[in-house]
Amino acid sequence: MGAVVVNRQGFDRPKFRLAGDRGLLVEFGDAIAPEINQTVRAMTFALETAAVPGVREVIPTYRSVVVVYDPLTTNPSLLEPRILSLYGGTARIETPPPKESVIPVCYGGEYGPDIAFVAEHNHIGIDDVIRLHSEPCYPIYMLGFSPGFPFLGGLSEKLHTPRLTSPRTRVPAGSVGIANNQTGIYPIASPGGWQLIGRSPVRLFDPERPNPFLLSAGDTLRFEPITPDEYRRLAVGGQDD
Amino acid sequence: MTDIFNVLSPGAYTTVQDLGRFGWQRFGVPPSGMLDDFAGRIANMLVGNPDTAALLELTFSGPALKILAPATIALTGADMPFSINGAPAAGWCAVPVQPGDTVTVGMAKSGCRGYLAVSQGIDVPLVMGSRSCYVGAAIGGFKGRPLQAGDCLRRGSGEAGHPARRVPAALVPAYPSEITLRAIPGPQDDFFDHGLDVFFNAWFTVSPQADRMGCRLQGPVISQVEGMPQSIISEPSLPGGVQIPQDGQPIILLSEQTVGGYTKIATVISSDIWRVAQALPGDRIRFERIGIAAAHTLYHRQASLLERIRREMKLPEAGQRSGRDAPHPAAVDWDSPEVVDKLIHCLYQT
Repeated sequence: MGAVVVNRQGFDRPKFRLAGDRGLLVEFGDAIAPEINQTVRAMTFALETAAVPGVREVIPTYRSVVVVYDPLTTNPSLLEPRILSLYGGTARIETPPPKESVIPVCYGGEYGPDIAFVAEHNHIGIDDVIRLHSEPCYPIYMLGFSPGFPFLGGLSEKLHTPRLTSPRTRVPAGSVGIANNQTGIYPIASPGGWQLIGRSPVRLFDPERPNPFLLSAGDTLRFEPITPDEYRRLAVGGQDD
Repeated sequence: MTDIFNVLSPGAYTTVQDLGRFGWQRFGVPPSGMLDDFAGRIANMLVGNPDTAALLELTFSGPALKILAPATIALTGADMPFSINGAPAAGWCAVPVQPGDTVTVGMAKSGCRGYLAVSQGIDVPLVMGSRSCYVGAAIGGFKGRPLQAGDCLRRGSGEAGHPARRVPAALVPAYPSEITLRAIPGPQDDFFDHGLDVFFNAWFTVSPQADRMGCRLQGPVISQVEGMPQSIISEPSLPGGVQIPQDGQPIILLSEQTVGGYTKIATVISSDIWRVAQALPGDRIRFERIGIAAAHTLYHRQASLLERIRREMKLPEAGQRSGRDAPHPAAVDWDSPEVVDKLIHCLYQT
């Protein structure tokens, strides 16, 4: 192992792991941290820009990228040195600035049936829940679980709340929830056990749009409180659940 | 676009699939697509379709369909009783049908998933580049869901290709109830030590919890190295990944899974995923360790086997050849034991 420390929480050099005969997992650290995710972002950008032959898809995660490749064209012994040389340049690479999306949320009431529980659990008022939740700029570390579902970092510790003891069979699309130290938005109606504190009229996922997804890994997100009236106005012709 | 059939009864779980929806996993959309793409590609070849055409994937039991337009159909995959107007029809064979015919596919006798292709492909809207149904997000396929009685499906408007004749019986894969899957250790094999020995030596049984997301197995408990974390930071999973949840019972992840936080001890190679697709609850599975280079050799061989079958399929049907049974000079002679042995070798010993 070299002595060059790229960043405090990341590995000295990327760690390669085989994900079968079509996938190579490249890890940059073992923690959820903005510095590590910045490397993920830079590597994703570098790999996409380099258009490495045989690479079919680059999937960014919290602290790694998964490189999906065509075994008829390439293999890990060709890919690893290429990835290492791109990695050498990532400290200098200019990634496009993260795009900030503002997601309007109607907190509480029929849209956020668990907001009182979240407030009570953390010994704060409902207004505090709304303020603490809509203050931060959340990094979007990864999308997954369902189409366009953002895994966000940076939820205030004062809002950490365990999942429901029994999941709901159907959570409406647009629902904003909390589960332990995570917060997120359900892009499509699905079963779910998160504590629901509000709902957004914005469609995170619409397969009919030229770009079906509103959010991308590596970008950021802010929640903006809106009134039920504004929700209904924005939801017209938009969200249906 | 022509209406091609009405669904009289849908079968246990019948969806429209093509090769899959690729390039969207970074947004949380799994590939979907035909789980046994070997059988699926051959079904398309038999009816003269390109590989990319959409077809029906049948699970456990097939549908009953009322045919609405002249077409060629082919059923491959699981061994399911197949009849037209009550008269038995052959699987792995191009079969002409006429308006008014009733096509019925019954319960699988061996294997789990059947593939029913129709000439010119099934026409459903392309969603993000694919016609595959992803039921989890209600996208693709026919209205984003499995078929129901009363559905009316259309076929594509492209020119009909030349239907082929049949796949020789010797080349039809067997779907035994004891299955060996080749798997590459990793991505988290370093979380296991003795657990790897158990994994690569024991027999596991397919549980009833097996669907397009994953296939849950039962067997000896696979434990991690003492003190290693039980879960990892969530990361994407690729088809074939074998996840070990806290109960130590493996789950083979398939094509409708996106992210997970359990460790993956090994990954079933692409060339063997079809065997998982054809496993029935109660079947027994063991895993055999394989290296990446050997896995890639198998990947190449399976691709060339398919190419070889495709070349043969492009030839006119036996009855249409000039002079009955005068073989095409470049034809693979399906009936030569030597050739068949060679192809079987490619298919099974790969």
